Amino acid sequence: MLCDNCKERDAIINLTQVEHDSKVTLHLCEECAQQKGVETGGAVLKSPLGNFLGAVVKGGGTAGALVPASGDALRCPACGSTLRDFRDSGRLGCDRCYVSFDTHLRDLLRRLHGSSQHVGERYDLPGEGGNGEGADDPRSQLLELKAQLRRAVEGENFELAAELRDRIRVLE
Amino acid sequence: MDLSLLPDGGMRWLDASGPKSTIVLSTRIRLARNVRGIPFSQRAKDADRIAVLARVSDAAVSSEHLGSAVAFHLDQMDRPERQVLHERHLVSKELAGLERESRPRPGAALLVQDQVGVMVNEEDHLRLHGMWSGFDLEDAYAEVEAVDAELGRLVPFAFHQEFGYLTSCPTNAGTGLRASVLIHLPGLVLTKEINKVLQGLSQVGLTFRGLYGEGSEVVGNFFQLSNQTTLGKTEDELIDHLGKIVRQVVEYEEQARDVLLRTAPEEVEDKTWRAYGLLKHARRLSFEETMNLLSGVRLGVGLKLLPGPGVYTLNKLLIYTQPAHLAAMDGRSTGDRELPTVRAAFVRRLLEAESS
Repeated sequence: MLCDNCKERDAIINLTQVEHDSKVTLHLCEECAQQKGVETGGAVLKSPLGNFLGAVVKGGGTAGALVPASGDALRCPACGSTLRDFRDSGRLGCDRCYVSFDTHLRDLLRRLHGSSQHVGERYDLPGEGGNGEGADDPRSQLLELKAQLRRAVEGENFELAAELRDRIRVLE
Repeated sequence: MDLSLLPDGGMRWLDASGPKSTIVLSTRIRLARNVRGIPFSQRAKDADRIAVLARVSDAAVSSEHLGSAVAFHLDQMDRPERQVLHERHLVSKELAGLERESRPRPGAALLVQDQVGVMVNEEDHLRLHGMWSGFDLEDAYAEVEAVDAELGRLVPFAFHQEFGYLTSCPTNAGTGLRASVLIHLPGLVLTKEINKVLQGLSQVGLTFRGLYGEGSEVVGNFFQLSNQTTLGKTEDELIDHLGKIVRQVVEYEEQARDVLLRTAPEEVEDKTWRAYGLLKHARRLSFEETMNLLSGVRLGVGLKLLPGPGVYTLNKLLIYTQPAHLAAMDGRSTGDRELPTVRAAFVRRLLEAESS
């Protein structure tokens, strides 16, 4: 079958669109499909962030440039750097900056990584008897439970997920 | 500095003993960590840097994994020596102070034991890294993670319950993990399929770079593939995902090589023998030409069109024909006009030694 668009190349993609309650199916070749913004890398998993991050890197910009200028005057009391410094350099001044600018950074981290919640290895500061910084407080318990819930859902372990959800409700 | 202190020059990965090592040269794991309460590199004063190095050195001495590490203080080394470390992928250009006329800053150091190194006072206070032969993400991660776990018990790392490990640039926050493979894809380049594959990578949250990592150009059909995001997924998830995609890319490369063999067997055979012939007989070789010829020979060896040389020899040539290595070997400067002649002689010598 020839491509409905260029009528030159073989159609390899069927694009079904719903417009005004009627279904239209277009048969497209790879090039025309790409022009219409259809991803053709069929077999591979997709992440909505890939292209966006690629564009950031190719544009030569830093992650800092993604933060809106409205918070420029915010200053980290620990190291003295401002959010403006971060916007210019793409580098934070110290570990406390993550707390000083947490609203802006949470938003940025979500845009960069698709999430701001660390679910990887937990870390306990040395000499705190195996319990990390405030690991017992309800907030961090909640975060840990949410991370576990996410893993349970991804692993399709719904029984565990239901139990975790109940525990989260109690804490919230 | 005495590089002979490093067994295998810190490059055991060259031995081509790992899985799929004709296509995947090496697997690299990097973890970014910072010391709690000390300003990040952007803001750190010299005293802060020196304090970071002191803490890391003290911890290393009393640790199992870095107890007999060799330490390189980059700010006390000459430029050619620093360049040698960079050419071995042991330090970044930034840490080695090789960008334009810059110098390494006080406290810039590298600790190496076995296959794991720690860059101190890079963009982050600590950059733990390990390079493994072939395609071996799990082993490489397990080893670097063990060093991280031990150091983390001795030095307080900056960690946040929500954001994870805190890094100077938020693109590394969370796990601080960058896993990458150095992969040779001449089949996909010759069949012009490479752009499709590289575009596909960005859609699955991966990125590619040249031979020397960030900002470097692709030479000799060598690509570094790595994860783009570091937060919101566990270390295992990030590694599994990269592994899955790399396996797919290796498969595409193998298919592309099959296509080449089926559709243009004589051309491919001719190309690989010509590359081998030039390497064996040329009298002057630029670094870039050498990389491209090595790529042709590597393809020929992978397709069993050439009887040799071994992959180990090809890997050694990749490292030792770089400017700082040749210059050091021959007592010259890296800008010496005779370097191409020295390079050609060195390549001939190594290839002759192997075939005799």
